[in-house]
Amino acid sequence: MALIDLSAALEMAVCSDTGRVRQLNEDAVLANATLGLAVLADGMGGYNAGEVASSMATAVLGSELEHLFNARPPCQPAASGRSFAEEALTDVIARTNAAIYQAAQSQAQYTGMGTTLVAVQFYDDRVLVAHIGDSRLYRLRGGELRQLTRDHSLLQEQIDTGMITAEQARFSQNKNLVTRALGVEPTVNTELNEYDVLPGDIYLLCSDGLNDMMEDEEIVMTLSALSVNLPLCAAQLVRQANDHGGRDNVSVVLVKIKAALPSAHGAGGWWRRMRSWFG
Amino acid sequence: MAKLILSMDNLVLKEIPLNKERTTLGRKAHNDIQIDNLAVSGEHAVIVSILNDSFLEDLNSTNGTFVNGQQIKKHFLQNNDVIELGKYRLKYINEAPQHATQADFEKTMVLRPDMLRKPAEPAAAKPPTVALPPAAPPAAAPQPPLGAVQILTGSNTGRQLELTKSLTTLGRPGIQVAVIARRPIGYFLTHVEGARYPLVNGAAIHTQAHELKDHDLIELAGVKMEFFLKG
Repeated sequence: MALIDLSAALEMAVCSDTGRVRQLNEDAVLANATLGLAVLADGMGGYNAGEVASSMATAVLGSELEHLFNARPPCQPAASGRSFAEEALTDVIARTNAAIYQAAQSQAQYTGMGTTLVAVQFYDDRVLVAHIGDSRLYRLRGGELRQLTRDHSLLQEQIDTGMITAEQARFSQNKNLVTRALGVEPTVNTELNEYDVLPGDIYLLCSDGLNDMMEDEEIVMTLSALSVNLPLCAAQLVRQANDHGGRDNVSVVLVKIKAALPSAHGAGGWWRRMRSWFG
Repeated sequence: MAKLILSMDNLVLKEIPLNKERTTLGRKAHNDIQIDNLAVSGEHAVIVSILNDSFLEDLNSTNGTFVNGQQIKKHFLQNNDVIELGKYRLKYINEAPQHATQADFEKTMVLRPDMLRKPAEPAAAKPPTVALPPAAPPAAAPQPPLGAVQILTGSNTGRQLELTKSLTTLGRPGIQVAVIARRPIGYFLTHVEGARYPLVNGAAIHTQAHELKDHDLIELAGVKMEFFLKG
């Protein structure tokens, strides 16, 4: 019996394309509006085994989290003080990492395979964001686009340490080198963040095949013009990335917040306010 | 791997690979690139390399460091930049990282710790490589000839709207909205919102994008307009 049904509050759309240059699509996407979960993974490595890694990521996260959150509400506090959502997401990602890593060890053509990951779980009145690598989450709110995830990439580290400016980054030869990935080592360091959610928000998960081909202004324009028709919006973003060259696989997941998210049960909100009083 | 070609008076003196994190340039003997010339300071400049990117920094030299004729303090080196130290010229060469095929070029790869400390080039023969042009920023999509719509009925009759943006929204939000997409291959009308679909030359379009031809008549939210190509 499903405890969670967010489909009245949020709408999702996906589009994933091989692009104009590559032979294979090694991206994987998942959108489960009922559960409030969206996942995007950009696979790499092995002998064309990137798609094995990325589809393992979306499949395992999709099925495990559905199972866990229908048994126990995500907002419920766990023994550690964190929310169950945080614990579950961390745990499932760790297990997915182990599964991909083991698969990579087991077959020669899978050696070295891995994937980036961006997973968003909507619950209560917020969104939990887990990411590894350089696939991104953006949020459009009040006409303003904000990149919510910071890339785990060599290029980002160069920007953070002041070696290079964001404008100069366009000319860097160090593009596409991630400093973290899922499935390439026995353990993984997942970055977790939580953000508030407001009706009218539009979230965009995308692989670097999109943001490498399109300027932010064009992304804002497309989201603003077409958000009323989400599947068309997703298809149009991919089309524009391909029109600009389509040099990589390009995938997007869009989430539109139509109404305030329902609180799973009153205690969730009450508990959070209690905790915040005690700091 | 990036390299420098040292020359003076157009005579090539030597080729220097940039295989260290820091490559120092100056007159004193301890420098990686020693240039024995009075116009060059003892410690003149340094090139810092992070994998495939290199940065040139002047070390408060007496006569300054110049790139392509401009004096610099710190400069992000690009393929074919010419560094000037006194009478010496150092041309920076950095063709794209070697990949077997064009398709591999944009592939995401995991950075392993050993990649930053570049080992000396092995003596063994390397697999055949293709020299590719350096990574360019995303190309602007090639543009079709400029299109426009001329409003024929309603309160905006006579108004002309040039289709300069990649997406132009038309219609009445909440009632009937369509979008004209400007793509390299032409202009496409797509239904976005509303129970009824726009008409082109009297016939309703389908769910997919409809390619517009010069002088097509569009009817949308009760307004008639003509699409045409300018110039």
